Amino acid sequence: MRLQYPSAVRIILLPCTGKVDLIHLLRAFEKGADGVCVVGCMEGACQFNSGNLRARKRVMQAQEILEKIGIGGERVQMYNLSSSEAPRFVQIAEEMTGKILSLGPNPIKRAAKKKAA
Amino acid sequence: MIVAKKKPIEEIIDMVKDYPKLLILGCNECVTVCEAGGKKEVAVLASALRMYFMNQGKDVKIDEVTLERQCDREYLEEVRKTIDRYDAVLSLACGVGVQFMAETYMRTPVLPGVDTCFMGVTEERGVWTERCQGCGQCVLAWTAGICPVSRCAKRLFNGPCGGSTKGKCEIHKELDCGWQLIINRLTELGRLDDYEKLMPIKDWSTERAGGPRKVVREDVRS
Amino acid sequence: MSEPKTPSKLEKILRAGHPAVTSECGPPRGSDARHIIKKAEMIRNHVDAINITDNQTSVTRLCSLASCIHLKLIGVEPILQMVTRDRNRTALQSDILGAASFDIFNILCLSGDHQVFGDNPKGQNVFDLDSMQLIQTVRHMRDEGKFLGGDPIERPPRMFVGAAANPFADPFEIRVPRLAKKIAAGVEFIQSQCIYNVDKFERWLKLAGDRGLTEKAFILAGVTPFKSVGMAKYMKNRVPGMDVPDEVIKRLSGVPKDKQAEEGLTICVETIQRLKEVKGVRGFHIMAIEWEEKVPEIVERSGLYPRPQVD
Repeated sequence: MRLQYPSAVRIILLPCTGKVDLIHLLRAFEKGADGVCVVGCMEGACQFNSGNLRARKRVMQAQEILEKIGIGGERVQMYNLSSSEAPRFVQIAEEMTGKILSLGPNPIKRAAKKKAA
Repeated sequence: MIVAKKKPIEEIIDMVKDYPKLLILGCNECVTVCEAGGKKEVAVLASALRMYFMNQGKDVKIDEVTLERQCDREYLEEVRKTIDRYDAVLSLACGVGVQFMAETYMRTPVLPGVDTCFMGVTEERGVWTERCQGCGQCVLAWTAGICPVSRCAKRLFNGPCGGSTKGKCEIHKELDCGWQLIINRLTELGRLDDYEKLMPIKDWSTERAGGPRKVVREDVRS
Repeated sequence: MSEPKTPSKLEKILRAGHPAVTSECGPPRGSDARHIIKKAEMIRNHVDAINITDNQTSVTRLCSLASCIHLKLIGVEPILQMVTRDRNRTALQSDILGAASFDIFNILCLSGDHQVFGDNPKGQNVFDLDSMQLIQTVRHMRDEGKFLGGDPIERPPRMFVGAAANPFADPFEIRVPRLAKKIAAGVEFIQSQCIYNVDKFERWLKLAGDRGLTEKAFILAGVTPFKSVGMAKYMKNRVPGMDVPDEVIKRLSGVPKDKQAEEGLTICVETIQRLKEVKGVRGFHIMAIEWEEKVPEIVERSGLYPRPQVD
């Protein structure tokens, strides 16, 4: 459809969000990502049955850990949509970008910069 | 298997905060099955700790290794050559493994990353329950395969007590009354008459009460 | 009937064929024994012996043994309640000797409520023995004159051994086998949980009678008067192993609030009068929790006063 979405969003393609493991979410933040968005099929309509349900659980685990270590649990979110809903994807991308902008950059980057100074 | 659960991350941070070079050591057996200390849990904990310390502006090196088990000397040897690179080891094995590591590597602080809970079973993924307390004198033949020591909150040998209500224990309405389970099973086996046999006073000397225990098999010692 | 095996007044009364009356007092949460002495004095002429509870509900109180000694010193017959929750076999045998050294002649053997209910939920529990094994232990000490370990006892305890029974607990199918077990272990008298469902109690008693158990142990029917319909509802819904039929609740709700206590006492008296006629009931155990002053009235209205004198 060639719709525009914020350039801050980098897409990583997967066959199913069920393939996302907790460590992948954490590593992204470890490497400096400001936010992670997991976008899967509508619940009940997962192509592989329950991959998106597993992903949701893992996103919740990541939120808890990130909150406890001071990075901020809100930086990782799960969204569900059907693959034909391109405008909804743009909406999600904008919503997520807005949220991360208001939260600010990943505090690790700030701390690293402070150390380098 | 031995069932353990992860220690809260706040507690772990407090334990390891003064050790800039840390090895997180997982175990591929029991703690992997109960999802507390296997390779995956090691990776997640390492990543979380790295981020925490980076955020604090602290420089830390956290490495990840998972051994097959930590209760046999042969497997502990795997880290012999590299252990001196670290200020401390955070072991995610059960209490047995943590101690054996500490005995084997006496100059390296070895810290526990999980709380070891009990010997039990996987009822379903995510739910583990106790079955055995290692009393050293198994009576399961007389109690239809259900242990009065580990499944009765009062370890009664001639239960149930007066607090058993609708098959549940008085201490928690979701806890099955061990003696109700025994009675049900005896009934299914057609052995309810056995219920009236008085179980004798237990010899607890082979349990914790008798002191730290040991099993020796002279016939297999080299 | 039969020859008493101990100097216990309770045993003598039962063996002489009289219906016995016992009651219960809870010790204070402090060291002032006057509290328990006062309660005992209130009821001493209306009962044959008084149970002293042992850290009931796992709440730390003045111990049963010391309280029983206080009672003994004022000439009241105590029944030492002993739970196996807090003491190992050494302490149990030792406390039995302690009681025997003061000529306390009655003991009630129990497992005890789990410590999670009390003021020390983080504490350890013992359960070295269970209630049935404690019964066996007391009988062994009394009849063989030996400790569990095998050594002889100097001046063995002479105690009349009792236990509790709850015909209303789950599962019902084993309630009579359980009574049989306790009798096989050596129990001599039984105090039942408080009865509101008289039909069910009679059913249990009949099954016990069919097995000859009512000839082998003296069964005392437990009763507790309701102070209010609130208390009745609480016991019905919140206390495990308690059976309070709806008719009883309805009867109490049917009277104005200021008359409910009186109605509760009447129900209690009626229960006793009905059970007096039932074969196998050898006496009554009146548990008037924090209402001990009503025990004399209950005993008198039930036609159980004056109490028989035995030497």
